[in-house]
Amino acid sequence: MRYLLILMLGLLPVFAHAGEAKDMAADPVLEQRMIGLAEKLRCLVCQNESLASSHAELAEDLRREVREQMQKGMTDQEIIDYLVARYGDFVLYDPPVKKSTLVLWYGPFALLLIGVGVLVYQLRRRRSQIAEPQISAEEARRAAELLEQSDKPEELNKKDTQA
Amino acid sequence: MMRFILPFVVFVVLAVFLAIGLNLNPREVPSPLVGKPAPAFTLPQLHEPAKSFSTADMKGKVWLLNVWASWCVSCKEEHPVLMELSRQNIVPIYGLDYKDKQADAELWLKKGGDPYTLSVSDTEGRIGIEYGVYGVPETYVIDKQGVIRYKQIGPVTPQNLTEKILPLVAELQAK
Amino acid sequence: MIPELGNFALVVALFLAFTLGALPIVGAARNNAVLMGVARPLALGQFVLLGFSLFCLGYAFVGNDFSVLYVAQHSNSQLPTVYRISAIWGGHEGSLLLWAFLLSTWTLAVAIYSKHLPEEMVARVLGVMGLIAVGFLLFMLLTSNPFDRLLPAAADGRDLNPLLQDPGLVIHPPMLYMGYVGFSVAFAFAIAALLGGRMDATWARWSRPWTTVAWVFMTLGIALGSWWAYYELGWGGWWFWDPVENASLMPWLLGTALMHSLAVTEKRNAFKSWTVLLAITAFSLSLLGTFLVRSGVLTSVHSFAADPKRGIFILSFLVVVIGVSLLLFAWRAPKIGLGGKFDPLSRESLLLSNNVLLSVAAASVFIGTLYPLFMDALGQGKLSVGPPYFEAVFVPLMIPMVLMMGLGPLARWKKVDAPELARRVRWAFGAALLIALLLPLTMGKWSVMVSVGLLLAFWIITSVGLSLRERLAGRDDFMQRLRGQSLSYYGMQLAHLGVAVFIIGVTMVKGYETERDVRMDVGDVLNTGGYEFRFNGVTEEQGPNYVAGKGHVTISKDGKVVTELYPEKRQYNVSGMPMTEAAIDAGLLGDLYVSLGEPIPDTDGAWAVRVYIKPFVDWIWAGCLLMSLGGILAISDRRYRIHNKRAASAPLEEKTA
Repeated sequence: MRYLLILMLGLLPVFAHAGEAKDMAADPVLEQRMIGLAEKLRCLVCQNESLASSHAELAEDLRREVREQMQKGMTDQEIIDYLVARYGDFVLYDPPVKKSTLVLWYGPFALLLIGVGVLVYQLRRRRSQIAEPQISAEEARRAAELLEQSDKPEELNKKDTQA
Repeated sequence: MMRFILPFVVFVVLAVFLAIGLNLNPREVPSPLVGKPAPAFTLPQLHEPAKSFSTADMKGKVWLLNVWASWCVSCKEEHPVLMELSRQNIVPIYGLDYKDKQADAELWLKKGGDPYTLSVSDTEGRIGIEYGVYGVPETYVIDKQGVIRYKQIGPVTPQNLTEKILPLVAELQAK
Repeated sequence: MIPELGNFALVVALFLAFTLGALPIVGAARNNAVLMGVARPLALGQFVLLGFSLFCLGYAFVGNDFSVLYVAQHSNSQLPTVYRISAIWGGHEGSLLLWAFLLSTWTLAVAIYSKHLPEEMVARVLGVMGLIAVGFLLFMLLTSNPFDRLLPAAADGRDLNPLLQDPGLVIHPPMLYMGYVGFSVAFAFAIAALLGGRMDATWARWSRPWTTVAWVFMTLGIALGSWWAYYELGWGGWWFWDPVENASLMPWLLGTALMHSLAVTEKRNAFKSWTVLLAITAFSLSLLGTFLVRSGVLTSVHSFAADPKRGIFILSFLVVVIGVSLLLFAWRAPKIGLGGKFDPLSRESLLLSNNVLLSVAAASVFIGTLYPLFMDALGQGKLSVGPPYFEAVFVPLMIPMVLMMGLGPLARWKKVDAPELARRVRWAFGAALLIALLLPLTMGKWSVMVSVGLLLAFWIITSVGLSLRERLAGRDDFMQRLRGQSLSYYGMQLAHLGVAVFIIGVTMVKGYETERDVRMDVGDVLNTGGYEFRFNGVTEEQGPNYVAGKGHVTISKDGKVVTELYPEKRQYNVSGMPMTEAAIDAGLLGDLYVSLGEPIPDTDGAWAVRVYIKPFVDWIWAGCLLMSLGGILAISDRRYRIHNKRAASAPLEEKTA
């Protein structure tokens, strides 16, 4: 029976006429807007997925809710406010800038300034500290040893490749 | 040389945070609705869909709103606790049957007992969204002015009942 | 019986690891050759035992021994053999065993390829690695033993998570773990140097190839994971900024920084304390990643089942390993010298600026990943940090990094004459700018994002070209000049080109991908992006442990058939989990990507179908591959190979000693 079914399914395309595929969404433009917003929102019941990609039932309900509110003419910000009022900031993947998130948003750039500052300071300090190339006798010997090490086999290798 | 000890200090602070983090549940999201008026709704009653129930009816009473469903596994866990609570007759429990089929829900209550003064059907889960429900079961304590005072996420247990919910109910009823 | 033998091997391995962590280090401190001499045999013993233990677990999987709890949880008699083997690392306990085994592999590798090193250095390095192994073996034996029995035995297993039943996931974890664990070598070298107080250019030269190898594995591991997500999750995303992904990105970024700062330390004997700190931090972040994935402090799609006991153990382990290392650093680092002299503008300073940017980028990922935890711990409420944050913060940090990446290889050591450098690069930069401005126009849509991305990519390409030209052009024999450059030079340039290729991939797919989510009746066509997708229906197909609805889509362009694609929707027998298997026609210029959604009820075989056209998407992974190849070229440099030759000829060693 199943083989027959498979056979039939296999033959179907030959008979079927070609229609143009329809978008799943009734209003593709609105759907695009909904997905764009939903990508910035967190699916609450999932481990860590956006509202846009989740298959969870609550996510589907929330997408429907967002879609309906968009149809009612609400702005993205109004919809975000609506969801935050019910689920808290947790629902946002893009946390709002406020006092408690200052470190989150500006911390990396503050670190960058500090890092560049320390680097510049260190580089300047080095220049004044190391007046002459300061190599101890021991270090000089070791450096010479290293040079010797890397030179010898290089010659060996050259011979190898030329041969 | 202070700067060489700095990485160690940063790490110690981090380790303290991680240790605290071990005792937190990252999946439990506190509701921003606590301290805000409970969203109003009017929904058909589960047993008599022709009749409706409205939050406005509850003005002046302290009550519990318990979100449940017949498909919800951990609801089974809290069910005996709710049955016991309803026998004690301390506070009325109203059920919000979330995204459920009426027949399944009625069968479930018939089998396990019905702790609810009454249940309403939120078939499409819209009221659930209004209340910020993200996992069933959830239980809300609502005061005489219709303000949400507490939200229990996950099953009600004898422990959180005696430690949190009942003292709060007594306090709210005394007001 | 076999599982008990595996368990016994673990216990003995723990004993060996203890000995390895104690005797050689004591021996190095007391200059006792006998105690130091046990390090190599112990490393070998540990490797053999853990290999045997891994074999025992594999044996239980292949033989369907469902009396072993771990096997019962992660396998099933219907599971194809190849996935039964990869199921060894499909869960928490087994992946730990893989971790420990790979650590012993690295330890053995160090034991073998270190014949030219001073004995006390080898003893310390192997000892430190032994101590790390102690931590992991104890963790496994105390909280997560893969050989725990299940009595009575299960009739059949719960099956491996269908998401993991995929060729990509067979090799992704071993690769990634090789990277994570590999950073332990650079770490051990750093600790050994701190312990011994010997910190010079030779130290950097020794740890450099090990760091590069670990970095190559890690690059490949991350790329494989991303590629897997792309074709397996069914909607064509390739990076999600998930905590677990971030946990691998952070050590990768610091590992990249470490490779570059090791270059400065080796060539110029400078910034040694910074390099040591990076080596410690890179491995610490690998360990932290392990903690984040296995303790349940963060929610992630990939995390293992959480258990507070495990969390406490790993945290204690972290505190001991990282805390002691950083204290040792604080104690010893002030005595490290400054090294060679160079100007504020020089190749050294450019490499260090790259270090600052990479470290800050890693820090931004760190802050974003852990911020929810910090907020929660401080009682500030819950929040989520996701892709929009990382895109807003991480990407801007990468722009100056890439701009400097073009300059670095062109700059001279010690001192750069800024106007002269600017003169040299002006044509290269101008060409990159021109291409970046004009190329998007040929794609039909111009945007700032695409132009900036292309500018970065082509700036790398033109600067690499410039460098090659400067080095290779001349009146004398071209071939000789070609041969005259070191392999590490070619490796570096290839890796940098890899970054350019990667950026092109990211930019193009972000700027020009098209996505359609359509309902298709049998015979329907969809015209999008110049292609015609014809849906020929879905047939049922029986897999080894699943039933699949197999779709058939014919794609044509200008009336000619380009390819036939067969996306699947699978339902796995045991777990009942539905899985989307996207069908992809991969190409140099882009992918055609089709995945099946759901059947549409009450129709004659209509389905929801998702169609994506993703231009240049494979360049993302090709770029990672080029970076890895660059790393491999770099370590093949004869500068590093001499060690083996010298090891083979003992008299030479005596002569130099």
